Parts: sequence; structure tokens; C-alpha cells
Amino acid sequence: MNIDKETIQKLAHLARLEVTPDKEAALIADMKHIISWVKKLDELDTSGIEPLTHMSFESNVFRPDEPKNELTHEALLKNAPDHQNGFFKVPKVLD
Amino acid sequence: MFYKSYQQIRADLDEQRITVAQIVNHHLEKIEEHNPNLNAFLEVFKEEAIIKAAQIDLKLKQGTAGRLAGLVVGIKDLFCLKDHLVSCSSKMLEDFESQITATPIQRLLDEDAIVIGRQNCDEFAMGSSNENSAFGLVKNGANPSRVPGGSSGGSAVGVQTDMCQISLGSDTGGSVRQPAAFCGVFGLKPTYSRISRYGLTAYSSSFDCVGILSKSIADTELILEIIAGSDERDTTSSRKKVPQFSQSPIKSSSYKIAYFDEINEAEGIATSVSQMMNQTMSSLKTSGHLLEKVSFPFLEYLLPTYYILTSAEASANLARFDGVRYGFRDLEISNLESMYKKSRTHGFGPEVLRRILLGTFVLSSGYQDAFYTKAQKVRRLIKDYTEKILEEYDFIISPTTATTAFEINSKTIDPVEMYLSDLFTVQASVAGIPAISIPLGEDQNAMPIGLQVMTASFEEEKLFSFAKSFKIT
Repeated sequence: MNIDKETIQKLAHLARLEVTPDKEAALIADMKHIISWVKKLDELDTSGIEPLTHMSFESNVFRPDEPKNELTHEALLKNAPDHQNGFFKVPKVLD
Repeated sequence: MFYKSYQQIRADLDEQRITVAQIVNHHLEKIEEHNPNLNAFLEVFKEEAIIKAAQIDLKLKQGTAGRLAGLVVGIKDLFCLKDHLVSCSSKMLEDFESQITATPIQRLLDEDAIVIGRQNCDEFAMGSSNENSAFGLVKNGANPSRVPGGSSGGSAVGVQTDMCQISLGSDTGGSVRQPAAFCGVFGLKPTYSRISRYGLTAYSSSFDCVGILSKSIADTELILEIIAGSDERDTTSSRKKVPQFSQSPIKSSSYKIAYFDEINEAEGIATSVSQMMNQTMSSLKTSGHLLEKVSFPFLEYLLPTYYILTSAEASANLARFDGVRYGFRDLEISNLESMYKKSRTHGFGPEVLRRILLGTFVLSSGYQDAFYTKAQKVRRLIKDYTEKILEEYDFIISPTTATTAFEINSKTIDPVEMYLSDLFTVQASVAGIPAISIPLGEDQNAMPIGLQVMTASFEEEKLFSFAKSFKIT
């Protein structure tokens, strides 16, 4: 497994994070260390084992499809870093 | 004024030997005394608590008070309480004001409990020492040069130093049990899905459980009974009937108890801890329980499984922090993409960033099968194996942690070394079963040692009965 600058930058982009060049080396070392540690699972034979994807014993939990408005418009905008005319505001997307 | 259990508080209230106002005042004094040094509470709702106390005193007089009148609760800063801040100990949510109240908190309030403040923790519950908070580390009340454990460190210290009667925390891989052990209090992680998580900030959804930190089993039972049970706002919450734990009689049965040889001989286990374990096991035998050594071949695979799955889920859960709808937004931005990237990079602390990157890696194209799916398969092996043991045995016991609370800054360099402090607690999280940490005693430096007891899913009643029945030196 090769974790290099390119891998770190690709992962950072996928996660919408920024890794500045001065942080690359430490992160590469950390990731290599953690990944070689978790690679230990390869020692176990898991052929024929179904992956466990859900932990709750509950499934198909239904409730009546009733429209509800539990939060007001103001409440939803209250924590927004920027908003205008009742909308969340972000930097210009299209030129 | 120190109450081991709420029952004693209620008796004194009913006999008019004390008022809710006095109880609140007592905890506020404890907070004033300890918090400037220990940093367990990020915010104290002082005025509000005093006002509520007067209202509840009146209700007591009128005979209309709820089942928890006079109970003072601290909440981990991961729970939403309407019109109060909830920061998850992160710069990302420093100014976030909750618009809802978490279901378990609401159920406490409905019974007239008083929330006295929000408690410091590791950022987004990621950590084992409470050193990862954007608002400063928490110190252990037994020795301020030691960590309190994490991630619910503030919640454990709150109960330890009587700043509150109980705390609600969250336990993903040991975040209630490990700090409980380090601080000498009781810490319960119930069965996965037992308590609604509506209003609890998500870290890793197939692991996260609401947990209870308390001074007694009696309080743990009472609180679980009140907050557990289905919630239409959390469809993963169990619809199983919740027993009246606090009413259940102590059964003096003789139990079959398993312990793992691998654990008692694990590398890094402190002598004081293994000695205390040996003493406990012989006293359990003397009390008529059957103890048997069982092999657990997955010990070394627990933490790798846990870290792959929780990092993957964390990277997905924390994708919501985009600087658009809520949370920190960096202002040095040129376009939408740089807004996302800079807001996230500067809003999250280093451990959170590391886990998001690891989670993104194990979910990324080409690696998903080798890491994420592999870990899900191993999780099934571990869960099945654990359940098989618990078909034959009532409990599995181990120390909660391999050592007592360690020195501040002693494990901050190597992330893997820090992760190892959850070695004994993650099994119950991986398997989804209930587990409790019970204070056993102290080592030669007066640092607390905890005993962990695990049992089968939805068998909390048996866990409590056992915990109450045996006395340890």
C-alpha cells in the first residue's frame, strides 16, 4: 500500500479538506502507521462470511405519512453563516 | 451533602429535610470549586437551574412533581437542548444554538430533572483522554495531572466531583465506560438501540449509544428505565418493552461467568489492575459464582475492525459540516469549493481530520472491499463469537481498562497507542451488547480501577442484578 503525497491530496479533495504541504509528511506517516495496523484483519479468513451492515434489530419501521412542520423557517436559518431573503447564501457558483 | 443515589435525595425532599433549591446550590458550589481547575463543564446554566429549582420545589409542595424532581444532570456537549449551545467541543459548532431537544434529555426534563450544564468531551466524541477538545483538556478529579479518559471525560469528572448527580454521555467504543473507570464512577453502555439517539450528534451510527454515568447502580437503573424505549424520531431505536429496572428485586443467583485468558495476560496491563482482577475473581468464586476461562481469539482484531468502521461512518456523518447551513464558515474564500474545504479544514481539529481522511480512504474506490467490507465481515465473526459465549455464560468480565488514568500528554504522539486504551471496551461496541464499568477500588496512587461486565443484548436487568449482588473489598 503506497500512501504518498498524491494519495493524501486525492483523499483530502474527496473529503473536501485542504492539506497544506507542511502537513503532508506527518499525515502520510500517520496514515501509513494506522493502515498497516488495521491491515491485520487480512490474517482472518472471512470467505463465505456476509458483511454485517445493520446493528439494530428493528427493520421496516413505519409511521403514518402525515405532513409536519416541527421547525420554523427562522429556526432553520438561525445557525446559517450567511443567509438572504430566507435562503442560505453561498459564494457565486456560476460566472 | 453527598447523595449516593437519587432515592436518598427523594426521601429527603419528601420529608422536607432539603429543597431542590439547596440541591442545585450545592452542585453549583461544587462547580465553582472544581471547574476552574478541571474544566469539566463548558457552560453552566446557573440562572436557569435556580429558576427551575424554585418551580420544582413548588410542584413538590403541590404533590405534582415528576419522578426525578431534585435530580441534577450534566450533559455531554453532544446532546441538543433547545435554545442552548451544543458545540461537540469543536470550533466547527462553537456558536451553534440547538433548535431541538434530544429525546433522552427531554424524557429527563419531563420528570423534572434539571440540566445544570453542558460537559466538555473529545471533539465529536473522537478520543480516549479528553485531550482533543477545542476548548481545553479536562483533568481527572482524583489527580489533576492525569487524564479523565474520554470521550465523555467532562461527564465522568462531573459525577466524580459531585458537580452533578448523574451525567448523560455517549459511548461509541468505550467513551462512557473508560472515563467512568478512570474516575471511579459507574458507566453504562446499554444494548445498541436501547436509547433513542434523536438529538445526539452522530459520530458512528452503527456504534453510537447514549450512556449513563452515575454514583450507583440504583441511579443507573432508574435513569435507563426513564430514557430507554422506542422513539418515533429515531427509527433505529428498539421497540422492545423496557423493564422497570428500578423495581426489579436482587436475585441472589449463582452465575456462570467467563473471562478471557488473553486479557489477563495482555501486554501493557498494569500490575495493580491484574491484581485487583484476581482478587475480584476469587471473591466472586467465594460468593458461589462459577468462573471459567474462555478463549477469545479476536482480541487483536477488535480495534482494527472498530477503527475502520467508525472512521468510515464518521467521514460520512461529518460530511454535513459544509459551512452552508450551520457551523463554522471560513471567510478567506474564493469560490464554493474553497468555502467547503477551508471551512472544514479550519473548523475541525487534528484527530477529527485524521479520522475523516482514514474513513475516506477505506471507503474509496479500489480499497472499499479490502478494508471496509472486510471489517464488516470481521465484525460479524466477532459478534457471533461473543454471542455464542453469552449463550453459555451469563457474563463476560474483564478490567475496563488495562491501566489506571495516564498522565496528561503521555499518549498524544502516536495515535495507535491512544487507540489501544479502548482495547477492552470495544468488544461490546462491535457486538452491540450492553456493558457496564463498576468501580472496584484504587491502585497504590489512589487512581480508580474499573471492572467491566458484559452481557447479552437486552439483558441489562441481569447486569444490574449482578452488579448489586456482589460486594468487592
